[in-house]
Amino acid sequence: MPDKHAKYRSKYTADRLIPGAFDGETITRRRFMTGTAHTAGAVAAGAFTLPALAFSIGPVFKSDPHSWETVGSVGAFPNDNYVPVIVTLAPGIGEAGKTTVYIRKFNPVLDTDRYDRGTPYIAISTRCAHLGCPVRWVDAAKNFICPCHGGVYDLLGRRVGGPPVRPLDRFYTRVVGEQVQVGLRFSVNSELRRFSPRDPAEPLDGIGQYLYPSRPTEQKP
Amino acid sequence: MPRLPKLPAPPLPSALQAPPPRPGEENGAPGALEEAKEAGITIVDWVDERTSISGVGRWLLFRKVPKGTNWYYTLGSATLFAFLSQAVTGVFLAMYYRPDASGGAYESIRHVTNEVFLGQFVRGMHKWGSSVMVVLIFLHMGRTFLFGAYKYPRELNWVIGVVLLVLTLVMAFTGYLLPFDQRSYWATIVGLNINGSGPLLGPYLSDFLRGGGEFTATTLSRFYAIHMLLVPGLIVALIGAHLYLVTKLGTTAPPWGKAEEPTELRERKA
Repeated sequence: MPDKHAKYRSKYTADRLIPGAFDGETITRRRFMTGTAHTAGAVAAGAFTLPALAFSIGPVFKSDPHSWETVGSVGAFPNDNYVPVIVTLAPGIGEAGKTTVYIRKFNPVLDTDRYDRGTPYIAISTRCAHLGCPVRWVDAAKNFICPCHGGVYDLLGRRVGGPPVRPLDRFYTRVVGEQVQVGLRFSVNSELRRFSPRDPAEPLDGIGQYLYPSRPTEQKP
Repeated sequence: MPRLPKLPAPPLPSALQAPPPRPGEENGAPGALEEAKEAGITIVDWVDERTSISGVGRWLLFRKVPKGTNWYYTLGSATLFAFLSQAVTGVFLAMYYRPDASGGAYESIRHVTNEVFLGQFVRGMHKWGSSVMVVLIFLHMGRTFLFGAYKYPRELNWVIGVVLLVLTLVMAFTGYLLPFDQRSYWATIVGLNINGSGPLLGPYLSDFLRGGGEFTATTLSRFYAIHMLLVPGLIVALIGAHLYLVTKLGTTAPPWGKAEEPTELRERKA
């Protein structure tokens, strides 16, 4: 019986006096068969686990095509107040896939921020930047107010109170013929600098844009 | 008229006479009840001979418990029964539910609540039972904590219990969406955004739960599959592990109980 705890063990089974060893053999047949059976089991388990896993996390890396949606004629939107329109974000699930967007014509007096230059219409998303409840424009207060946790935003969608971490998201707009169209969503930081769309509760000032990176599911223009 | 004396009955032919008692049956032949009992024992013996399951049953049920065991020790069983109630009512609710985001889900829940016989009752059991289960888990956890029952050698059972708590909260969260009314829709939006607020990985977790960047029909079917298939399976498996460890390690005595002196020591002192 060879000493298992000896410091030096030959790698050849023949040297270790294992019965039935071949010349030049470095692994016992028993060990080889065990390894083969384990590998076969792992391959078989992986063959159904990995595709199922990829299947379930696939949507995380997929971005659906999004098209422009016509919301009204150019004369329908004043430049000093918002007009609510309803657009479809996720087709096929009825009311749950729709959202309200507040639209106003670009106003050189209000929209002095350099990032807004050249935007024909300002389209503000009603998705609260705190946790995603629907805000509404309250004309008496001249504020967007969120019903869930009391987030308050000014006319430009910048936070004036409550828990939101950044201004309200916006949508790209364009004019085709005499029709105003609403396109992709984008997020802005407190200076109204534009970022690819982020989910609510993700700050974009300072280190926020790195802690909450842009993801594959978010469509970029 | 004078009463005639009663004549003795003529002897019965031997074929109609009751047979003499067999040895060991001097008190009469076994009745139907005893025969039924005998049949039951035979069936149990048949199974036991092939599985040895009665030993497992004795090991599981007839355990020694420490002195001072009281009603607080039943909170774990209460949680188990809350889970069983959720499982049974959930299976029957699934017979009517349709995870259809374009109105079918809400409509099927409305149908269960308003039109199905006892539907409101069974749905109510499931709905309120979920809160009962969460409350019972916390009471059970509080008992374990206050009695010090999480200490060596029962740490692993505490860890399994915490995983069960998290899975139960996942059940509560995913189940909340299924009626697909205004309240469940917005609560789920808020819940998804809360877990999205975790740095770096949070947004990806929301994408995984939603099945994409936006809330779509996929979100509802995902929540349904997680609620009905994925998490219940995990919970059942972990409850099995939890109970195995409880049986293997035994329960702890309440902290106010005093350890009894060994007889030898008491005698030596005397």
